[in-house]
Parts: sequence; C-alpha cells; structure tokens
Amino acid sequence: MNVAVRHATAAQRLKVVDCDIHPVYRTTAELHPFMAAHWREHMATFGPHFRHGLTGQLPFPRMMAAGMRVDSFPQDGPPGSDLDLMRKQHLDANGVECGMLIALSRGGMEERNLEFGAALSSAINDWQLECWVRKEPRLRAAIVVPQENAEFAVAEIERRAGDPAFVQIMISPRSSDPLGHRRYWPIYAAAERCGKPLALHVAGYSGGHPSTGSGWPTYYIQEHYAMSTGMQNTLSSLVFEGVLERFPKLKIVMIEGGFAWLPALCWRMDKHWERMRAETPHLKRRPSEYVREHFWFTTQPIEEPENPEHLADIMSWVGWDRLMFSTDYPHWDFDDPKQAFKFRLTEQQKAMIFRDNARAFYGLP
Amino acid sequence: MSRRVVARASEVAPGTCKIVTARGREIGLFNIGGEYFALSNRCPHKGAELCRGMIVGLVGSDGPGEYHLSREGEFIRCPWHGWEYDIRTGQSWCDPTSVRARQFQVTVEPGSNLLKGPYVVETYLVSVEEDYLVINI
Repeated sequence: MNVAVRHATAAQRLKVVDCDIHPVYRTTAELHPFMAAHWREHMATFGPHFRHGLTGQLPFPRMMAAGMRVDSFPQDGPPGSDLDLMRKQHLDANGVECGMLIALSRGGMEERNLEFGAALSSAINDWQLECWVRKEPRLRAAIVVPQENAEFAVAEIERRAGDPAFVQIMISPRSSDPLGHRRYWPIYAAAERCGKPLALHVAGYSGGHPSTGSGWPTYYIQEHYAMSTGMQNTLSSLVFEGVLERFPKLKIVMIEGGFAWLPALCWRMDKHWERMRAETPHLKRRPSEYVREHFWFTTQPIEEPENPEHLADIMSWVGWDRLMFSTDYPHWDFDDPKQAFKFRLTEQQKAMIFRDNARAFYGLP
Repeated sequence: MSRRVVARASEVAPGTCKIVTARGREIGLFNIGGEYFALSNRCPHKGAELCRGMIVGLVGSDGPGEYHLSREGEFIRCPWHGWEYDIRTGQSWCDPTSVRARQFQVTVEPGSNLLKGPYVVETYLVSVEEDYLVINI
C-alpha cells in the first residue's frame, strides 16, 4: 500500500521528539489496580467532583468526533487508549524516537476532593508507568499532581522524582489562583530540587474561573482561542510574582498554548516594567529576560500566517532554541511533522525544533 | 495516463466512500445520488487521509441566530483539521482560490464494454452483467 511506503520513507528521514501525546484509559477500571479499595469504592459511588456541570461531557461540544482525529479511533475504546495503534499510526509512521505523555484524563489536577485527587494522581502516574512507559520505551511520563494542595503535590513529586521514566511535572495553567501565587511555590521548590521541568498544558476547568477575562465564551472556537490568552496570563503571573527570581533553576514548558503572542507580550511587559518597576521591586531584570531564560514552548497547533515566512520571523524572535515540536496526537488539531512548517527550515533549525531542543530540555540520553 | 477499472459500481452506495488503490495511489470513490466522483486520499492542507473523513453538508447562515444546512452529502470533511472539500470538484470551502484536493475523472462502464479493452483491470474479474467504475490516472 502506498501510504505505508510513504510513511516508512519519512520515518527514516526525520527523527522527532514529540512533546505532546495524550494517552487515555479505555475505562476507569484500568486505574483500579493502582488505587486503594476505599478509593475504588469512592470512585464507583460518587465519581469525580469537578467544577463544571455535565461531568463526563465536554463543556464545549466540538465539531466532530469529540475533538479527536476521526481516523484515530481504535476498534475498542477511545482514541489514545490503544498502544499498538499509537505505535503504528504515530510513533512508527512519524519517526517519533521519544514521546512525552501528557495524561489529561482525570488526574488529580481537576479534582475538588483533594484526598481523592491525591489518590487519582498517584494512580494515573502508576498507570502511565505500567501501561505505557514500561511497554513502550520511546514514551516518557509526566508526574501528575493534585496541584491545589501543595503538600500532596510535593509528596507525589518526591515519590516519583528518582524514576527517570518521569521527565517533568505537569500542572494545569487553569488553576484556582494564578500560578505565580505563593500557595504553589512549594511545587516549584520541589521541581527545582529534583531538577525536573514544569509542564503547563492547556487543559481543565479546575479553577472554576471563566476561561476569558470577560466571562465564559459561547463557542468552542472561542474557548480554543482563549487557551492562548490564558497562557499569557499564566506566564505574566509567574514572571511578575517573582517565581523565577526565587527559583532561578526552574524550567517551564508551555504546551499547546501557541507562541506567536510571545514577542508582543514581552515587548509590552518590558515597556511597562521600565515605568512601573517600583511596584515589583523583587524583579531584578526585564521581564523578557526571565522569559528568555526560563520558558520553552511547543509548536502545535502551529500558527499558519498567510505568508508562511512570517512564522519564521516570529520563531526567530522567540528563539529557535526555545521551541519544541509537538503533535497533540490523537487530538483533532494534530500537527504532522512532515507538514507542519510551510516554509523551508535550515537543516540546523530542523534538528533543533524536531529533536535537539527537547533532548537538551529533558536531558534525554 | 491510463484508464483503470477500480471498483464495481455497486460497491459504492449513495452517500458513501470507498478507498481504492490505483497505480500506487489511494483514491476515494464517492457516490452522490448516483453520480460518481473520485478524489485523492490526501488532504492538501496537512496531508491527512482525507477520504477517511465524514461526508457532510454545509452549514450556512444569513445572520446571527439563523442556520441552514445545504448541499447535504456533497462535501468531505478532513479527519484531522476539519477542512471541507466539494466532492464534485475537490475545491476547498475555506480556501477556494488556492487549495484543491486532486480530482480524478470517473466513468461508469458496463462490463460488456470493458471486456473489449483497452482497460487495465487490476483486481477484478469483469463480468458482462455488472457496471464498473473506471478512472483516468
């Protein structure tokens, strides 16, 4: 079949570190082996305690296939639940030599019952290990934590910190308070201690706050866009609250929130800081310098300007060393590594974006 | 360019798509109310297998709060990013001037014609009683 041949050739050419892959369990029963009996009972009796209504539904209905690639459904279970299909359709076909798991489904991130959230986070972490990373050495896990309780979150980080299968710590940028607030600082201290970066993937409704500053959007198309503005709020909170001054070794990757907004945000923050710095005297440098030193960004869903070369300009303003390729498999807005860039990258740029930046960021062997 | 027999007409029911391979190329065969069309199984936007998407109509509006569905079953929506293409022409709905899915000409031929040649029959034993889809490729 011609498609298989085409994929094999591409796989030989381009080696990719994919910084955003979403694993999903077929049913919650997959978590049972990793939960104490009373939490299994609790899950069966009460279910999750989320802030949004219609738990189990998407808060914003999507145009097709519940927001998944239509061609990513396995014979049994939801997209992202079948390792063999993921291998065949994505890891093998797209030359993925290392893939970062971003387990969004019912970790502790969104759970209001904090003890239950801690149990779920731990279960999700065990499940990532046993059902994914141990079976497929190309995959790496992120430590899911019950972020709204720093004590529980730190305990989970410390439990996992020595395992090289976990390469980063995942928290939702849609938090109860802006992530710069001190209640989250113990998490950053723990991240710094164990030398693992923070992964902020757009997701969730845990904070219960509307996703835009002017209230809940009506349509998914607005909600999707709100992810990039939300990331700007999160980034400026982390910068202005002094997190990076207090934790100088912290590394942060923003996943799926876009990056084209970054240069304009930095110009604006720097200009304001010059005039208003007395309000935040704990900042010793221009805001953009903290950003340049501490933040990385994944590429998907990549911006598609009318003139593709404009994207190259933006990437050079952000910094070629700060962008890492991601696909978002198996979600609908997946970026194919062979098709994502509509302008010609140099061989060096290609190597950096598709592989080398991520290898350095995660310290991959 | 040659003419290839790629399917029995009866294998592509109205409102459905069948993906076939001809000269090493995957092609989606469509049937809209008895008329047959063929598009390359590759989305010109980002390379997805286009013909594995949903067959849909167009949602239009004359103003906020008004909706109407038209041309039902005449568009294929890409399984990845949801770009819609006119099955009859391959033309992209959201970028009609510069993006077009590759189209192939399809004809329906009775088996009795095909037996005379000069067609290339890849996988079918042609029988006189049936109709076949033939594409130029």
